[in-house]
Amino acid sequence: MQASSAIRETLITGGKTVGDVSEDISRQVEGKPTPLWWGAFGFSFILLALGFYSLCVLEWEGVGVWGLNKTVGWAWDITNFVWWVGIGHAGTLISAILLLFRQRWRMSINRAAEAMTIFAVICAATFPFAHMGRLWLGFYWVFPLPNTWGSLWVNFNSPLLWDVFAISTYFSVSLVFWYMGLIPDFAVIRDRAVRTGNKLRASVYNTLSFGWSGGAKTWGRYESVALILAGLSTPLVLSVHTIVSMDFATSVIPGWHTTIFPPYFVAGAIFSGFAMVLTLLIITRKVFKLEDYITIYHIELMNIVIIITGSIVGIAYITEFFVAWYGGVPAEFYAFYNRATGPYWWAYWSMMTCNVISPQLFWFKKIRTNIVATFVLSIIVNIGMWFERFVIIVTSLHRDYLPSSWSMFYPTIYDVGEYVLTFGFFFCAFLLFAKFFPVINMAEVKSIIKSTSEKKH
Amino acid sequence: MGETKKTYWKGLEQLKNDPAFVKHADKEFAVIGAEEDRGHNRRDFLKMMGFSMAAVSLAACEAPIRKAIPYVVKPVDADAGIPNYYASTYLNGGDYCSIVVKTRDGRPIKIEGNSLSNVTQGGTSAQVEASVLSLYDNYRLRGPKVGTENASWEELDKQVIAKLLEIASKGGQVRIVSNTVLSPSTLSVIETFKAKYPTTQHIQYDQNSSYGILKANEESFGKQFVPSYDFSKANVIVSVAADFIGTWVSPIEFTKQYAKTREVSEAKREMSRHFQFESNLSLTGANADYRSPIKPSQEGLVVAQLYNLLAAKAGKAALGASIENIKHLEQAATELWEAKGKSLVVAGSNDKAVQTVVNAINDLLGNYGTTILPNKPLNFRKGNDEQFASFVAEVESGKVDGVIFYNCNPVYDHVLGGKLAEALKGVSLTVSTSYTEDETSSLSGFKAPDHHYLESWNDAEPKKNSFSLSQPAITQIFKSRQTQESFLTWAGEPSADYFALLQKNWRTWFFEKQNSVADFQTFWDKSLYDGVYELPSDEFASLEFKADLASVGSSIAGNYKATSEGFELAIYENYGVGNGSQANNPLLQELPDPITKATWDNYLTVSQKDAKAKGFSMDDGTVQMGKLTVGGKSVNIPVVVQPGQTIGTIGLALGYGRTKVGKVAENIGTNAYPFLAQVNGSISFNVTEGVNLEVTSETYRIAQTQTHETYMGRENVIQEATLAEFKEKPNAGRDYPKITKWEEKVDPAAVSLWKGHEYKNHHWGMAIDLNTCTGCAACVVACNVENNVSLVGKDEVLRRREMHWLRIDRYYSSDAKPGDFVALEKAAENPEVTFQPMLCQHCNNAPCETVCPVAATTHSTEGLNQMTYNRCIGTRYCANNCPYKVRRFNWFKYHDNQQFYQSNPAMNTDLGRMVLNPEVTVRSRGVMEKCSFCAQRIQTGKLNAKKERRPVKDGEVVTACMAACSTGAILFGDMNDPESKITKLLQIEKDEKRPYGIDKKIGNPRAYRVLEEIGVKPNIFYLTKIRNKDKEKENA
Repeated sequence: MQASSAIRETLITGGKTVGDVSEDISRQVEGKPTPLWWGAFGFSFILLALGFYSLCVLEWEGVGVWGLNKTVGWAWDITNFVWWVGIGHAGTLISAILLLFRQRWRMSINRAAEAMTIFAVICAATFPFAHMGRLWLGFYWVFPLPNTWGSLWVNFNSPLLWDVFAISTYFSVSLVFWYMGLIPDFAVIRDRAVRTGNKLRASVYNTLSFGWSGGAKTWGRYESVALILAGLSTPLVLSVHTIVSMDFATSVIPGWHTTIFPPYFVAGAIFSGFAMVLTLLIITRKVFKLEDYITIYHIELMNIVIIITGSIVGIAYITEFFVAWYGGVPAEFYAFYNRATGPYWWAYWSMMTCNVISPQLFWFKKIRTNIVATFVLSIIVNIGMWFERFVIIVTSLHRDYLPSSWSMFYPTIYDVGEYVLTFGFFFCAFLLFAKFFPVINMAEVKSIIKSTSEKKH
Repeated sequence: MGETKKTYWKGLEQLKNDPAFVKHADKEFAVIGAEEDRGHNRRDFLKMMGFSMAAVSLAACEAPIRKAIPYVVKPVDADAGIPNYYASTYLNGGDYCSIVVKTRDGRPIKIEGNSLSNVTQGGTSAQVEASVLSLYDNYRLRGPKVGTENASWEELDKQVIAKLLEIASKGGQVRIVSNTVLSPSTLSVIETFKAKYPTTQHIQYDQNSSYGILKANEESFGKQFVPSYDFSKANVIVSVAADFIGTWVSPIEFTKQYAKTREVSEAKREMSRHFQFESNLSLTGANADYRSPIKPSQEGLVVAQLYNLLAAKAGKAALGASIENIKHLEQAATELWEAKGKSLVVAGSNDKAVQTVVNAINDLLGNYGTTILPNKPLNFRKGNDEQFASFVAEVESGKVDGVIFYNCNPVYDHVLGGKLAEALKGVSLTVSTSYTEDETSSLSGFKAPDHHYLESWNDAEPKKNSFSLSQPAITQIFKSRQTQESFLTWAGEPSADYFALLQKNWRTWFFEKQNSVADFQTFWDKSLYDGVYELPSDEFASLEFKADLASVGSSIAGNYKATSEGFELAIYENYGVGNGSQANNPLLQELPDPITKATWDNYLTVSQKDAKAKGFSMDDGTVQMGKLTVGGKSVNIPVVVQPGQTIGTIGLALGYGRTKVGKVAENIGTNAYPFLAQVNGSISFNVTEGVNLEVTSETYRIAQTQTHETYMGRENVIQEATLAEFKEKPNAGRDYPKITKWEEKVDPAAVSLWKGHEYKNHHWGMAIDLNTCTGCAACVVACNVENNVSLVGKDEVLRRREMHWLRIDRYYSSDAKPGDFVALEKAAENPEVTFQPMLCQHCNNAPCETVCPVAATTHSTEGLNQMTYNRCIGTRYCANNCPYKVRRFNWFKYHDNQQFYQSNPAMNTDLGRMVLNPEVTVRSRGVMEKCSFCAQRIQTGKLNAKKERRPVKDGEVVTACMAACSTGAILFGDMNDPESKITKLLQIEKDEKRPYGIDKKIGNPRAYRVLEEIGVKPNIFYLTKIRNKDKEKENA
C-alpha cells in the first residue's frame, strides 16, 4: 500500500470507513431518483429534443440554415467541436497522468471526470458529422471507396483525417479505461443487491461487472491493466488536442498558421477540462452529499491546475501577438490586430478576461477554497474557452488575405440549436451516469481510506 | 446375373393397374384426388409470391420518368452531344450585338460574340450574355390574347384588322411606337403597313435617349445623326458624364477601342490619358486616370469652359458661359490641344446645347475624320423625345385611335409613362407585341407576342453599311408570332412570310449590287454563316460646323449654374439590369453592380460627406432608408454611401421598380423613369432642382457581394504604378516578397515542402491584365451560363453566399497611411478604382488539395485544380484554407427546390432548365464547387485535336470568361506551348533542368501572382495596373 505521511492533507473527511464508502456511494445507485434528478433530467431531455429538431432541420434543408458564408466556412460547429474535445481532456489526464504521478487525490474525482470525457467526446464528434449537412456521408468518409479503378483512398495529408483517427483512438481507450474501473464497483452493487434480494439489480450489475469475483489474482490483473491503459492514454491526452490544433496550424490562413498551437491547445484543453470537472462535481457532491469524498482540498488542487494551465494559455496568447509583430508578416499582423480591435473585439476581450484574468483570482486561497467562487469561475473559464475557439476560427477566417471577401458571421437559431443538442445529450448522459453508475471509484477510494481518511474524534 | 422375375409394386392400385391410377402415375403425388384443386398448386403459389415480391419491390424503386423521344429521322446537322453554332444578332430596343449562339440538341444555351462583326468585334456585354435565359422566361406570353382572354391568332388578326379598317374608314390616327428600330427590313415592313394605313406614324424613343446628340448634329452640321467614335485612335480622352464603357450609345464597341489605348507592355510604354468629369462614379469614371466630381448642374458649364480654354489657344471667341475651379480641366484642355486630331471629347448630356459645344470642341481639335466618323453614323439611338412627347399629348387629347407598341414598354420606361397609361384608356385600338405581359402590354387590348430574338429572323444595321443577320436558333417555344409578320398580316399583304421578305430585301439591297458571288443562295448562306455583311463605308467628307455658338452659350448659361445649393439627382442606366427590359432575368439581378457590388436592388448613392451630414451610414450592407423628394413627390429608397460621388448629388439607377414583369423582378426597387426631367426638348437624366433627401429611422439591408472598400494597402494583392514610373522601369509597382531564412532572404518559390508537379503535356494558365480589365462583368455572366452556376437570390447574397465562380473585386484607394488599419478601411472621398477578376487560381501547391479528407479536390496532370463533386462530403475545409476565397459551397439544394424558384429558374422550372449546359453537372446540396478553367471546353478542344491526330492549337481552347471579355484582358492558354500567346505574353523562359516543372520563369516584368509570399504558386498571373498619371495620388 502507499506510504502516507502526516503532513499530507487528508483526502477523505468525516471519518469514513470502508463500509461507509460502499454505503455512501452505492446508495445513490440503489435509491429512487429524487425529484431534483427528475427535474434536471427532464430539462436536459427537452434540450436534447430541441437540439435534435434543429439537427433534423439542418440535415433536411442543408448547412445553409446555419449562419456560415463563403468566407466563414466554419464557426459555431467547429468551435463547439474543439470546445467539447478540450473538455474531454480532463478525465483521462486525471485518471492516467495523475495515476502515473501517484496523485491519490485523483481517486475521488476520476470516475466522474472520465464519464465527462466520454460524453464530451461524443458531443464533439457530432459536429464533424453534422457540419457536412449530409450526416450519412460521415460513415464512409474514412474508408477507401471501392470502384472500378481499385480502391479510392482517403487523403492522408488531411488533418481532418488525422482528427478522425486521433479522436476515435482516444475515445476507445478512454471508454475501456473507464469501464474497466467500473467493474469492481459494479460488483459491489451486485453484492449488495444479492444481500437485499433484489434479483433484477443483482443480475444487471452482475452482467455489467462481467461476473467479477474479487479474487486476489483478479485484482492483480486489474491493477496491471489499469497501469498499462494509463500508460497508453497518457500520450493520447497530449496527442488528441495536438492533432485537433493541426486542423488550424497546417493551414495557410493567418491566425491559424501558427506553430505554437499544439502546446497551446493542450494546455487550453486541460484548462477547460478541469473547469468542466469542477462545474459538474460541485453540483454532484452537493446533490449526492459526497462532501466527504470530494473535499475542499480536491477543489483547491484542481483550482491550482487551472491557475497553471490558465497562465500557460495566457502566455500563449501573448506569444502569438509578439510573434505576429516580430514575424513581420503583414497578413498575420493584421489578423491579430483585427482580433483585438476589429469587429469581433468583444469576443477577443471576453476570451482574455475569462481565460487570462479570471483564473488569476485563484492565487487567493480564500477564493480557491470557496465553493461558490470556484463554481462561478469554472463556468467563466468555460465561457472563455468557447470564445477562444470562436476567436481563432471566426476572426481568422472573416478577414483573411483578400479584403474583397471579408465578411461577418451572424449565428442563426440553428447554430444555437446544434450546441443545445450537445448540452442536452451531455447532461442527460451525465445524469443517467450519476444515477445508475457509482460516481466515485469505490475500489480506489477504499484503498486509501486507511492512510488518508480523517480520523474520527 | 440372372434375370429376376420378381415384380415390385407400390401399392394395390398399381397391381390393379386401373385407368384412374395410370392417369396420375407420372405425377409427383400419384394419389387420385390430391391435385384436383388445380387453381392453387404449390408452384403457382411460389410463382405468384415471386412475382408479387418482384413487382412490389420494382414499383417501390421506380425512378422518375423523364420523357426523351429519339429522332425518327435525324436532321443532318443535329448530333446528340455535339453543339451547333449559329451566327445571329442580339437586338433589344436600340441595343445590339453580333453574336454566335451555341445550341445543344436544339436549345440555345450560350451566347458568344461574333468576331466577324466590324462593330462589336466579338465583344459582348453582361446583358447580351444573359439574354439567353430571357428566352426561357416563365413569364413569357404563351400565345396571343384579346383583352385578358387567350385567343387564336386568326381571331386576334380578325379583330385588329377590323379595328384598323374602322379607324382608317373614319380617317383616324394610328401610331406605331417602338424603341429605335435597327432593322432595315423591319422598317420596310412598317412602311408597308403605313402604305395600307396612311395615317400611321412610326414613333421611336429610347430609354437611354441620345436625342440631344441627334439635335446637336442637326444644328452643327445640318443632319440628324449619331457619328461613329473611334476611341482607339485617341491619345487623350475627355468624357463629361458619358459612361461610354458601360451604357453610352455603343459600349461594347467603345470598350474594345478604349482597351486598345490602355494596353501597355515593355515595348509599348504609352497609353491614352483619360479625364472624366461626372457626378456618379460610373464604370467609365472608375477606369479614368483623372476623375473630377462635378454636379449635374455644372455639366454644361464644364463643357463650355473646356471650349473656352481651347478657343483661347485657337484664338477664337469664348462662349458666354464659364466655370472656374474644376480640377484637371485646364490640364485636360492643354493635353487635348497637344493631341489635336488624336483626341476625343464626349459628353453624356442629352441637352443639345451641351452636345453642340462638344461638337465645336471636337471640330476645334480636328477630331472629325479621325476619332469621330460622321461618315459611319451609328443607328443605335434614333429616338425622338419631342415626337414622343407630342404623341403622348395627342393620345391625351384623344386624337389617336390606334396604338401599336412594337416591343417597347413606355408605360414603364418613359417619364410620360404615367400619363400615357391614363390616356390609353381612351384609345380604341391598343396592341402590344411584347413577348411578356409587361406594364404596357397589360394595358393593351390586344397582346400579339413577338418571338424572342433567338426565335426570329431579322436583320440589323447598327452602323451605316454594317449589317448583321438574325436567325432562329430554336423553333418558337410558344404560340408567339414574329411581329413583322403581324404587321404584314394586318396590312393585308398576300404573303406574310417575313423570312421571304428578308431574303428578297437582301437580294435587292446587297446581292444585286455585288459581283463576287454568282448565285443568291451562296450569297445568302455565306451571309447567314458569317452573320454579318459589310458594305464599303462612305468616304469621309469634311463637315462644316455651322451652329450658332453664341445662342448655345447663352442657353448653357441659362440652364446651368456654377454653384448650387441643395441636392441634385443624377439618374443613370444600371450595368446589369440596364433599362429594365430584361429585369426579369435573374442573371442580371444577381450580377453585382461593378461599382457598388450590390445585387437585387436599386438605391440612392450619396457622397461620404453628405452621408455624414445627413446621418446616413453603411455597415456591412445595413443602410438607412432615405426620403427622396423630387418636385414635391416623395419616396423612400435605401441609401448607399458611395465614394467618388460628387458632394451634393444623388445617384439613382433606371431599370428597377417594375410592376408587371414576372416573379423574378416584381417590385424590386423604385422606378426612376418618372423622375426624369426635360431640357431643351429632350429627356434629361439630371434633376437639378427641387430635390431633397432626408434620413428616416427605417433601416434596410443591401445585398452586396463585397462589403469592404479598400485593399488595405496590401501590395501582394494589387500592384500598381503610374505610367511615368512604368516608362522608367517596366517592373514599376511590383512587390517582390521575400522569405527570411536563417542565412538569407529568398524568393518564396524557392521554399517548398513539395517536389512540385510536372506537367508533361499541357500546362494551362491564365494571364489577367489589370490595365485593360474595365470591370464590366460580362465574364461573370458568361461563366454563370457556361457552368450552370446557381443563382441564390437576395436573401442568400445578404448572407454572403452568392455562388459566382468568377467575381470582380473592386478596390478603392484610401488616403490613409500604410499601417493605419482603421483609416485604411475607409475609401478616399474621390478614390482611384482597381478591378481585379478573381477566380480559382489553380495553385500548383494548392492548399485546398492537402486538407480535403476524401481527396475530392485533386490536381490534374495539366495543372488544373479539379473538383470531384460526387466524392465531396462537404467539410468546407478547402474553402476555409483557400487564400483567395473562391470556393463556393452548396448551402442548400438550389435545383428542384421551391425556395429558389424565383432566383434560380434555370434549375427550378421546366422551361428554365432548357438553358442548362449539359456538359456541366448541376451540383447538389452539400457539395463544394469552384472555377474549373472550363474543364469541359478543354476536354472538347483536346478531343477535337485527338480526332485529327494533332496537338491542341493555341486559341482552340477558350474559357467562357476569356471569350466574353471584350478587351482581351483575360488570356488563357498552354504555358508549355512555346508558341502560345500566353507563353509570349508572360515571356516564359524554358527551364532546361525541369522543362515541365511548375516553377516557370516568367519574364514579363508586369506579371505577378497574387499572394506570392505564401508559396501556393498559382497558375494565374496578373499584370500590374498602370495609371496614366504624372504623380501618384493626384486624384484625391
